Amino acid sequence: MRYLLRRTLHAIFLLFGVSLLTFLFSALTPGNYFDEMRLNPQISPEAVAALHAQYQLDRPLPVRYAHWLNAVAHGELGFSFAYNSPVAPLLWVRARNTLLLTVTATLLAWLLALPLGIWSAAKFGRAADRVLSWTTATLLVVPDLVLALGLLILAVRTGWFPTGGLVSAGFDELSPVHKLRDLASHMTLPVLALVLAAMPMLVRHVRASVAEVLDTPFLRAARSHGLSNRKLLYGYALRAAANPLISLFGFSVGTLLSGSLLVEVIMSWPGLGPLLLEAILARDLYVVIGGVLLSMIFLVGGNLFADVLLYWADPRIRTAASPK
Amino acid sequence: MQPLLKVENLVKHYAAGRTAHSKDKLAALDGVSLSIPQKTTLALVGESGSGKSTLALCIACLEPPTSGNIWFEGIDVAALAENQQRILRPQIQLVFQDPASSLNPRWTALDIASEPFLVQRRFTKPDRAIRALQLLDRVAIPRKMASRRVDELSGGQKQRLAIARALALEPKLMILDEALSALDCSVQAQISNLLLELQSSLGMTYLFITHDFAMAAHLADQIAVMDRGRIVESGSAEKILSSPSHEVTRSLLAATPRFIETPNVLVNA
Repeated sequence: MRYLLRRTLHAIFLLFGVSLLTFLFSALTPGNYFDEMRLNPQISPEAVAALHAQYQLDRPLPVRYAHWLNAVAHGELGFSFAYNSPVAPLLWVRARNTLLLTVTATLLAWLLALPLGIWSAAKFGRAADRVLSWTTATLLVVPDLVLALGLLILAVRTGWFPTGGLVSAGFDELSPVHKLRDLASHMTLPVLALVLAAMPMLVRHVRASVAEVLDTPFLRAARSHGLSNRKLLYGYALRAAANPLISLFGFSVGTLLSGSLLVEVIMSWPGLGPLLLEAILARDLYVVIGGVLLSMIFLVGGNLFADVLLYWADPRIRTAASPK
Repeated sequence: MQPLLKVENLVKHYAAGRTAHSKDKLAALDGVSLSIPQKTTLALVGESGSGKSTLALCIACLEPPTSGNIWFEGIDVAALAENQQRILRPQIQLVFQDPASSLNPRWTALDIASEPFLVQRRFTKPDRAIRALQLLDRVAIPRKMASRRVDELSGGQKQRLAIARALALEPKLMILDEALSALDCSVQAQISNLLLELQSSLGMTYLFITHDFAMAAHLADQIAVMDRGRIVESGSAEKILSSPSHEVTRSLLAATPRFIETPNVLVNA
């Protein structure tokens, strides 16, 4: 249990550090949301100064940070200048959509990568393995951006999939089944882009880890006891190769999340990505900070989940973590 | 009486280089023939890279040979299909050189000793535990170590555990692939005495693979000397040790200082 507690404390500490850095960096950027108003002759400098004062932009940085921390402690994330509303509810709607995309893509990528990687390891060095290795290598060198754009072009040319948005117009009038189908068809392209971007790396890691343990004497011993090949691969070998893969799982959540922000912008998925982009361009300070913090929470959450999995999967970590 | 194991003209090629389609083939086994009568020990002696371990894997049906026959109790096992080999595999068990990597580090000693029963779906769960404990008794692992994980066992205990696991399915042939080489002298003596004791009580047949003539002299009835994928000399242990005819045998013997005295030291240790 101490292991998990320590991991959780790490995570909280990390989030705290990220919030501080984000705050610092956004304060270092020249100008703020209201500076463009200065160029407008109809707005008096006094009015701009009043707005500065209202949003406390005239106060020193530590005071603003302390103020923001206090707000976070009360479940608020500051105020958006552009939307003229509190940041938290604004982010939450978008975060839900991003999560929908990322979680689906993560599950799908791993569900495909595990059998493909194991199969590839079982055929190590043979024709089937080499074809798969070339395919994953090719997919790896194609940038996410090109992949997403390519899929978008495909959707436009063929008309098989909607080219953007979360749901179609008139979604509310649809029956539950049709609602689901509509959502699924809108999700297909962005999820596909994410899976294609993340899966090749996962397949290669699964292949390498499983191939490595397949040669170990204790798996040979298990085979000599009459274990079937299927059980050997999916039971013994996968479990023996699990530790690096579980750590990779935490990492893959991060990759998919950052990939998701990009894909969302390209495919106009109403997630955190477009919101963050607009907020950065408009210097909508608290939306940026809140968005980055939320992404970090997902990322840290993914890694924490990986740590819990590791703790559950490997008895050696359990003993090493608890004093005898 | 027919020998338990008879290997005839066994050839195993590995693809040289990194890719499997490479034309260059490496002959790990280049026409190996040997036979082991029931309840005896054949020591296979040779330098590393001479093909001893490949031969072990082929005999245990874990690697398919390129050509040749492996007769086990009169059945050509090399010609069997994978699922038939799987049924046969428990009869031939292996003990490897490095006990640490041959035991699953996540498991306790009891888990490891009962795993063969689990794979074969033999017995109920409590029965498996009882039998596993009996196996640990058999190889003199204290019962208090049963619930310990592998990294808490000593090197000798790990190898005893590997032997216990190999005994679980009551094999007819046990292949000891450098099984004593990683252990220090006093532990080597204990384990080799355990092997001799198991042979006399269970009627075990051993293929004892080693690079150490002293160990071979202590355990073997017959010795076969292997060099670059071939058996260069074979015969009774006394004959090979007293009048080696092949130069490889002589150079290996020369590399084993005081090979006559060493067995006595081992027995008395």
